[in-house]
Order: sequence, then structure tokens, then C-alpha cells
Amino acid sequence: MFKYLAPLVLFIVMAVFLALGLNLNPRDIPSPLINQPAPDFSLPVLGQPGRSLTKHALMGDVWIFNVWASWCGSCRIEHPIFNQLAKKKLVTLVGLNYKDEPEAAKQWLAQLGNPYDISVMDQEGRTGIDYGVYGVPETFIIDKKGIIRYKHTGPVEVNDMQNILIPLIKQLQAEI
Amino acid sequence: MNFVKGLVLLVFSITSYAAVEYRKFDQPEQEAVYKILIEEIRCLVCQNQTIADSNAELAQDLRRQVYEMLQQGKSKDEIAEFMTQRYGDFVLYNPPFKAKTGLLWIGPIVFLFIGLVMLFLFTRRKRNTQNIKLSEDEIKQKTKIKNLLNDEAEQ
Repeated sequence: MFKYLAPLVLFIVMAVFLALGLNLNPRDIPSPLINQPAPDFSLPVLGQPGRSLTKHALMGDVWIFNVWASWCGSCRIEHPIFNQLAKKKLVTLVGLNYKDEPEAAKQWLAQLGNPYDISVMDQEGRTGIDYGVYGVPETFIIDKKGIIRYKHTGPVEVNDMQNILIPLIKQLQAEI
Repeated sequence: MNFVKGLVLLVFSITSYAAVEYRKFDQPEQEAVYKILIEEIRCLVCQNQTIADSNAELAQDLRRQVYEMLQQGKSKDEIAEFMTQRYGDFVLYNPPFKAKTGLLWIGPIVFLFIGLVMLFLFTRRKRNTQNIKLSEDEIKQKTKIKNLLNDEAEQ
């Protein structure tokens, strides 16, 4: 009996592992920064020469940190979704303009709409490294205490926004 | 001819000159650590390359980061920790042994063990078939077959 069942069992085990492997997204690397304090930064504000923004200025608020760039193709996919979110005035939206030219970035926002309350420029990509950014766009949700509570890699789609981001934002805003 | 062509292509392949920046080190030890580290850190944009192999922007930035930290006198372990704090264990080609990465490390040994056990079981079963008692008829048949085979061998 064992002789006949063994290959079948072996095959099923292998098939299950392969099926799981096929459905994993190799780009989805769990961030070690979840539930860790958001790394500090002090960066110049896009479009306001001489002004800079630090993480500490945002403490006490729930905020979204969205990594974008004018050279990033898939940023265009999620951009209308963030424009819609901005209209709801639900949450502070901070843009991290990653390794971009200020002029190109300003033009991009003028053309497609600017959902951000403020955008900071990380031209050398150092803040990007601190946040473990490896694929633009990326989106972080940071709570009132300055802790990273969620990270989304790749373009945010309508489903993600409706089912994950907005409920989480509301939940975090209810926290003291 | 094809072999020579292949060899030339191999020697001048992209990976052999991807890391182009010139880095100046005061101490040769630091340079050695730099070379080890950039061969050990994964470029997360192009996941199957190290940051030494890749010329993606992220790889360039991470090489710069490693270089600067070495200049500041940081050790190899401190730099590896800096990277894992931000990008997770996946960023290291040689991840540390802990609960999360245990399967990765022990997995191959477990499979080897399973393989050895199977090998043992199968060879033992084979040996058992040789020790089966034969009836008298079967013994007669066996000698007959043996003789036939021997005859053939002699011809």
C-alpha cells in the first residue's frame, strides 16, 4: 500500500509547494520597519526654496508618506487614486520626491494634479535608503506617535485604497 | 571557434565591469571589506544580482553608502546591520541564522537526511529479496538458468 501511495503523496506535497511559490510575489519583501519609529529626515520642500521639513513637525498626526518621482511610470497609475484621497481631506499626505529633478517634479504635479499637502526632495536617495525604498512608488502609513504601521510597495490600486489604506487611516486616527 | 567566442563574451560580460566608480581607500583592509560587502549585499531592484554586479541607481546608492560608512570607521557587521534594519535579511546573500531564516539554513540538511533514509530503506529492501527461501522447483529452475547463462558465456 505504502509503495503505491508514497509517490502520490510526494507529488501532492511538491505540487502544493510549487503552487504556493508561483503565487508569491518576489517583489513583496516584508519590511523590517513595520511597527518601528519612522526614520528621521530633514529635507528641502519642493517648490519652496529655503524651507525644509522634518519628521518631528508631523508628530501627533496620522500621515501618509508616498514615494514618487516624475521618471516613475507606475506612479502615474496610482496618482489619480491619491488625488481622490486628497479631496476627502482625511489625512496628511506627504510626498517624498525621490531622486528627481525639482523642475521635472513641479511640472509633473502641475500636469497631473498635486494631491500632496507637502512634498520633500530626496535628490541623493539617502532618506530613501533609510526607509528601505527599493521600488518607486512606495507608500507608508505613519501613526500619531511617528511609528510606521503599514507599507505598500508598488502602485496603490483602488482596492488597496478602499479596503486597506482608508480603514487603517481611520483606525489610527481613532487611537490617542 | 564557438568556444573562443563564448570565452570572449564571458570575459567582457556586463557583470565584470558594472561597478565602475573609483573608490579611494587609505587602508587596504578597508578596501578588502568594501569588496566583500558589495558582493554580499543584494540589489533589491534586480533581485538576483549583488550591488557589485548591478548598476541600477539603488545599487550605486548602496555602494556609496557602504563606502561612506567604511570611511567613518564602521565595521563590516555594523554596515550589514544597517542594511538589514532597512531592507530586512533578504538584502544579505549570506543571511544570519535565526528562527525566521532557520528553514533556509536547515532545509538542505533535512532534504539530504530524507534522501539518505530513503536510500537506506530501498537498498535494504533489495537485499531482503535475495534472502527469500526458494522452493525445490525454484532451485532447480535457478540452476537451469545459471547453466544456460554459463553456456552462452562460454560460446
